Amino acid sequence: MRWTINGAEVDETVDVRTSLLDLLRERLHLFGAKKGCDQGACGACTVLVDGRRINSCLALAVQYQGREIVTIEGLGAPGALHPLQKAFVEHDGFQCGYCTPGQICSAVAMASELRDGAPSYVTEDLTAETIDVTPEEVRERMSGNLCRCGAYNGIVDALTETYAPAAEADKREAA
Amino acid sequence: MSLVQDTLQAVMKKAIALAPDGFIPGGHPDPLIHHKHGLIGAPVSRIDGPLKVSGKAAFAAEFPVDGMAYAALKYSSIPRGRIAELDTRAAEAAPGVVLVMTHKNAPRLQPMPPFMSQPKAAGGDDVPVMQDDQVHWNGQPVALVLAETQEQADHARSLIRVAYEAGHGVTALAEAKANGSEPGLFQGEPLKLDLNDAEDKLAAAPHKVDVRYTTPRHSHNPIELHAATVYWEGDALRVHDATQAVDHAAWTLAQVFGLREEQVHVTSPYVGGGFGSKTLWQHQILAAAASRLAGRPVRIMLSREGVYRIVGGRTITEQRVAIGAQDDGTFDALIHTGTVAMTPHNNMPEPFILPARSAYASRSFLLDVETVKLNMVANTFMRAPGESVGTFGLECAVDELAHAMNIDPIELRIRNEPEKDPTTGLPFSSRLIVEAWRRGAERFGWSKRGAPGARREGEWLVGLGCATATYPYYRMPGGAARITLTRDGRATISISAHEMGMGTSTAQTQVAAERLGLTMEQVTFAYGDNTLPGVVLAGGSQQTAAIGAAVSAAQRQLFETLLQLAGNDSPLAGLKPDEVGGSDGGLGKLDEPQIFESYASILQRAQRESVTAEAEAPPPLELQHWSMHSHGAMFCEVRVSTVTGEVRVNRFLGVFDCGRIINAKTARSQFRGGIVMGLGLALMEETQFDERSGRIMNPSLAEYHVPVHLDVPEIDAIWLDEPDPHTPMGARGVGEIGITGVGAAVANAVFNATGKRVRDLPITLDKLL
Repeated sequence: MRWTINGAEVDETVDVRTSLLDLLRERLHLFGAKKGCDQGACGACTVLVDGRRINSCLALAVQYQGREIVTIEGLGAPGALHPLQKAFVEHDGFQCGYCTPGQICSAVAMASELRDGAPSYVTEDLTAETIDVTPEEVRERMSGNLCRCGAYNGIVDALTETYAPAAEADKREAA
Repeated sequence: MSLVQDTLQAVMKKAIALAPDGFIPGGHPDPLIHHKHGLIGAPVSRIDGPLKVSGKAAFAAEFPVDGMAYAALKYSSIPRGRIAELDTRAAEAAPGVVLVMTHKNAPRLQPMPPFMSQPKAAGGDDVPVMQDDQVHWNGQPVALVLAETQEQADHARSLIRVAYEAGHGVTALAEAKANGSEPGLFQGEPLKLDLNDAEDKLAAAPHKVDVRYTTPRHSHNPIELHAATVYWEGDALRVHDATQAVDHAAWTLAQVFGLREEQVHVTSPYVGGGFGSKTLWQHQILAAAASRLAGRPVRIMLSREGVYRIVGGRTITEQRVAIGAQDDGTFDALIHTGTVAMTPHNNMPEPFILPARSAYASRSFLLDVETVKLNMVANTFMRAPGESVGTFGLECAVDELAHAMNIDPIELRIRNEPEKDPTTGLPFSSRLIVEAWRRGAERFGWSKRGAPGARREGEWLVGLGCATATYPYYRMPGGAARITLTRDGRATISISAHEMGMGTSTAQTQVAAERLGLTMEQVTFAYGDNTLPGVVLAGGSQQTAAIGAAVSAAQRQLFETLLQLAGNDSPLAGLKPDEVGGSDGGLGKLDEPQIFESYASILQRAQRESVTAEAEAPPPLELQHWSMHSHGAMFCEVRVSTVTGEVRVNRFLGVFDCGRIINAKTARSQFRGGIVMGLGLALMEETQFDERSGRIMNPSLAEYHVPVHLDVPEIDAIWLDEPDPHTPMGARGVGEIGITGVGAAVANAVFNATGKRVRDLPITLDKLL
C-alpha cells in the first residue's frame, strides 16, 4: 500500500481496519495528528488530503492509497514554522496543545474553502466568488475542532491575522 | 480523631491565627513583588509553543517502545453484583492476541489508596482492581486484552462473553436519599457551619428568598484521552503517563504493586488537558499488571467511552439557598445546604458551600453538605470543585433577592461586603472585589440594563446578568525545588510540577529568571518527573504559589552558598543572603547595585563548574493566618430566541482580583478557558445517568456537548494586578476561578432577558419554551 505523506512516498502494509490516523501515529510515528475521540466528534485528528481537511480517525488507511496527505509535521517545524503556526504561538491559540495540530490543519483548509467561495451557515452572500475571513466565518467553519482548554478567542485571532490580510490583498489584486 | 488530637489541633490553629505576621510564611513580602518592570507580568509566549504547534510535543501515548502490545478494556454492564461466567476462549484464539487478563489471572494487587486519604494517595477509587468477581459500578473493567495492534485488541475484546449475577445496585438518587445521608468531610473537616441560629433569623427577616437549585453530573473531557505507556525494567516500573500528579501516581502505584516508591518512575512532560481528571485510575494499574504478566511493554489509551466508564467526573448537587435581609439589604441569614452523591468507594463530597463561607457578611450562617451513596463510577475533582456549582446557587439567589428587593444586584453585593472573614474572623490577605465590581460595571455598560423582558431585538430577547467569582488561594505542603547554576551562567530549576497547558513552564521560567537575574534563555525549567524534588500537585490552582515558595527557598540556599564561595576576595564579602539579589547574571547588593559579582566569576574563583541548592518550602501556615481568596466580577449578555428558546452569549467580561499576574498572555488564556468551561456548565453540559441501570448514557463528544468555536464570543478578561502581600510573587493562582460564577452570570442574564428563572442546569432551550 502506498501513500504520499508530507511529500514523501510511503510504503506499508496495514490491516484493512487500520484508520489513517493509526497508520500515521502507530506505524509512521507521526504523532502530530491526535486521537481525541476516534469517532469524528472532536477534530483533533484533522489532516489534509489533496488539500482538503478530513478527520483521519474516520478514514481507513486502505481507502486513501495514492492520495497526497499532509499532517502538521508537513506544514512546519520549530525553527521553520508555517505563518499560521507562528500566529498560534503569538496569540496563545492553545493551552495544552493537544487539539492544536488539528486546529491548524483544519484552518489551512478552511482558508482555501473561503478563497473558493464555499458558503457556510453564516455567509450572507451565497453567490460570492470568495468569502471574507471574518471572525464569524472562522467560528462557524472551525466548530468541528473542539478545544477543551477554551483557547477559541486566540485561535480566531490567529486565523484572522494570518488569513484576513491575504484575503484583502487577493481582493485588491482582483480589482 | 481523638478528643486530645482535636483539642491540640484547635489550639495550634488558634496559635497560628494569632501569631505575629513575621512568624508566618508570607509575613515578609516576597522581594519580587517590588520588581515592577521585569519579566513578571510580561505577556511572554509559551516556551513550549513551537513544539506544540508543530506536533512535536510528546504526550503519554506517543512514546514508541520495542515489542509494545496494545490494550483494550471490557467494561461491566451492570452496576452491582458478580461475574458469574467469563468466557475468554474466542478472544484468546483471535489473531494477534498476547494476553487476556481477568480477575482469574491478574497478579495480586492492593487497592489504590484513594485521593486525600494519605498525603500522596492518588486513587480515584479504592475497590480491588480486577481481583475478584465483584462488580461495583456499571462500567468497571472486567477484562483486558493485549494484542500486537489496537485493531486486534479491540476485536478480541468484542469476543469476550460475560454473564452476571445481578445484585442490588443503588442507582436512583431518591433511593440513595431514603437510605440516609452522612455529613461531607473535606480536607479533614466536616462541611458544616451553624452560626447564630440562621433558620430563626431567616424566619424573622423582612425580606427573603428560599430556593432550590440543581446541577447535573459533568465530565472533564480533556481532548487527550487518558493514556499511558508502561513497562518493567526488572522490578522497576516505568510509566509515561498523562497525569497532573506524578509523585502521587508513583507512590500510589508503589502501594498497589508492593514496591518501594523509588522503584516507580512516572513522567508526564505534556498533558493534553486534565481539569482534575488526570490522576490515577484503574487503567494505569491494569496496564502495568498486564505488562508484568505478558513481559511486554504496554500502551493503553482509553476510548472516549472508556474515559466515561472508568474516570469519574463532577457529581450532582441539590442545593437550597436561603437569604434573609434587612430593608437596607444587609444579610441576617445565609443558608446554603444540600445533598451530593458519592460512592461507597471514594470520598469526594462536592463542597459547594465553600463560596458561602467567605463571600458575604451575614448575621448568621447555616452551611451543610450531606452525602448519599450511589453505585456509580467514583466522582472526583473537576475544575473548581465546589465553587463552580456552589456559586451557581449562591449567586443566583443573591440576584433573586436583589430583584425581590428592587436593589441593583451589584449594589446588594457591595452592601454585604465583609471587613474580615465572616465565618473564621481572620483578616483578608487582600480583597478587592468591590473595586472589580466598579471597574467592570463601567466597562460592561451595566447601567444600561433594563427590567426583565424589556429589551427585544427581532426574535431575540436580550439581557444582562452578573455574579461573583471566587476561589481560594491554596498552597499544599510538600513543595521543594533544586537550582543548579553552572559557570556559563545558566540555571536549571527542577521540581516535580506539571504543565497541562496552564503555562506553568513559561511562567516559572519567567519567575526564576527574574529571581536570579538571568534571561529566560539562560533558565531551564525541569518538571513532570517524580524523581525531581518536591511533591507538587497540579490542583487547587496552587502550582504557581507552591513552586514559587519552593524556588524562593532554594534561591535563598543558593545565595548563601554563593556568598560562601565568593569569600573574602569578592566585592560581596560580608553580605548576607537577604542583602543581595540576582541581577545581570550575578549577585548584587540590593541597595547598592554597583557592589556586584557575576555568577561566572564567583564559580571560577571557587574553581567550581556548578553549584546546586535544594530546599523545601515552609509549611503553608499562611492559610490559617489570613483568609486568602481570589475574586472576580463576572458580567454576561445573552440573547434568547422567542421562537426556539435557544440561548446565545453575546458578550462576557470577567474582572479578576487574583493578586499579581505572572504572565499576561497565559493568564488571560486561563481566565478565558475557565469562562468557556463555565459557559458549557451554564448552557449544555450534562453527563446523563440512567437511574435504572447506573449507566452513563452519553459517553461521547457527540452526545456530551462542550462549547465549540461558534458558542464562544470574544471574552474580555482583565485584572486589577494588585499583589497579595502574603503570597509568593504576590500571586494567588488563576486556573480555576474563571469557571466560578459563570453559571450564575448566564442564568441571571437569562432572567433579565426573559423574566424566567431557570434553577436547574444546564439552561437548555426546553426550559425556556
